Amino acid sequence: MDAAAIHAALVQRFGERITGASLDAGSPFAIVATDAIAEVAAFCKVDPALALDNLMCLSAVDYPKETPPRMEVVYHLFSYRHLHTFALKVQLPRESPAVPTLEGVWGVANWHEREAWDLFGILFTGHSDMRRILLPDDWEGHPLRKDWQDPEYYNGLHVKPTPQMMERALAGETIGVGPFDFTPENKHVEEP
Amino acid sequence: MSAASPTGFVSDWDQDGLDTDEMVVNMGPQHPATHGVLRVELRTDGEVVRAARPHIGYLHRCFEKHCENVDYPGVMPYADRMDYCAAMGNTLGFALTVEKLCGIEVSPYVQTVRVIMAELQRIASHTIAVGTYTMDIGAFTPFLHLIRDREKILDLFEWTCGARLLYNYNWVGGVSHDLPDGFIRATRDFLREFETVTFPELLDLIIHNRIFVRRLSHVGVCSPELAISYDLTGPNLRGSGIARDLRKDFPYSGYESYDFDVCVGTGQYGPKGSCFERNWVRVVEMRESAKILHQALDRLEKTEKADVHEKVPKRVKPPKGEIYFRSEAPRGQLGYYLVSDGNINPYRVKVKSPCFTAMSVFHHLAKGMLIADVIALIGSLDIVLGEIDR
Repeated sequence: MDAAAIHAALVQRFGERITGASLDAGSPFAIVATDAIAEVAAFCKVDPALALDNLMCLSAVDYPKETPPRMEVVYHLFSYRHLHTFALKVQLPRESPAVPTLEGVWGVANWHEREAWDLFGILFTGHSDMRRILLPDDWEGHPLRKDWQDPEYYNGLHVKPTPQMMERALAGETIGVGPFDFTPENKHVEEP
Repeated sequence: MSAASPTGFVSDWDQDGLDTDEMVVNMGPQHPATHGVLRVELRTDGEVVRAARPHIGYLHRCFEKHCENVDYPGVMPYADRMDYCAAMGNTLGFALTVEKLCGIEVSPYVQTVRVIMAELQRIASHTIAVGTYTMDIGAFTPFLHLIRDREKILDLFEWTCGARLLYNYNWVGGVSHDLPDGFIRATRDFLREFETVTFPELLDLIIHNRIFVRRLSHVGVCSPELAISYDLTGPNLRGSGIARDLRKDFPYSGYESYDFDVCVGTGQYGPKGSCFERNWVRVVEMRESAKILHQALDRLEKTEKADVHEKVPKRVKPPKGEIYFRSEAPRGQLGYYLVSDGNINPYRVKVKSPCFTAMSVFHHLAKGMLIADVIALIGSLDIVLGEIDR
């Protein structure tokens, strides 16, 4: 099935709870109401015409500048039987985002959801093991959010550039490269 | 064992059934068999593993955060450092993702060069996977044989782009260096030696070795349903008997024009999906890669050399949009989810790493195993911690 047919099947089954879609050839997706995602996912997996039995990727994205500001969880699905792909999206508020877990539908969602919690602070309700996965257990905050500020201290260690480093940087010396370049203007990136 | 003596006294030694306490054992993070810094918490009852809990993140280097702060060509060296045993595959995936978003079509010459590099890398990666695996389960010699051949591939890479491990070779819109003169002949020499010496040696010494087969053919069996649910890909999936390969199903870089077979576990010595099958698939896949390489070299001899920088944009600035693209890296499907806001930095890059998902099924397979088999299982999933932790 192509993306339009999959979208039509979802709309026929769930009606208004499919709140939007974009079906251009590059990356077709449907937007699903947050409380319906578990049901939609189970349907996608079980329905013989869709048979989206594989969760290829689960990503979270932060959009603070969109109106309204939101976070998105994107589920990329693939069918080993029919070899078609589709994506589902859930839009969440940036303040205390929460979405039902899908680990019961696709086992691999367990770790992907832990990663999204770790780096974005999206809570997956009903998850069996909602711990941090990549960062240390005592880490505070969720660094892939766009409003993330590097902490000044971590476990008592000073981890920000020191005033001396700033002085040297202001005198024109390059300290570090790429994202560690603490010189006031990032010389590596040409502005358009 | 008799339970009680006629006097009614029960000795410690004569109890019916042995009671043992469960014990929690930490395997790692500095354990030689975990292929990097992986800690596995095992709840053991004697030698039997009752539950396993992997802890990852010791090698987390904030790849996705870095990507948001550098421009697209600047991502490439970071992508190299994810799966450091197969760096060509990582950068190829990212280059293809960005090219697809930008609408760049590279020339057939560059495509062929990329295929050659990717397949050489696949052989190199599988040799190290199988070699270190035999070392995990107690045989040292095959490792040396395989490392010897991997060195020859690394020499070819060094000759081409100057680096042996982390190449920064695939660029958006091209590759960094053209192949040097004589590369085709040198690669053919390598292939001849690989096919006549190493490969038969590998089959005799390891794969059809009675000890190897009987050690592994019933260990760590992963059913196809479990493999799909936990998104195992690449040789791990094909070992479970599912013949799916992106190079065949969704070809990229001109893979559709090469003649090769998708290697799949046959269950010749035991159930499909065992540790043996996963390794067997890796070994026969090397032969298929050699087959692709021969065809690619033939093609290269017939085509005119082209400028490998022809399509490299001065400034990579994809239009606003998003894309999910996956390619068949040596360890499985490597997916990039890329969101662009029309700027020169990516807005968001998410990597779906095949090792990450392979590790997430580990606790399922390890339940009820012997501790010695846990080592065999970790090795057979062929994980690289640099890619799991990113």
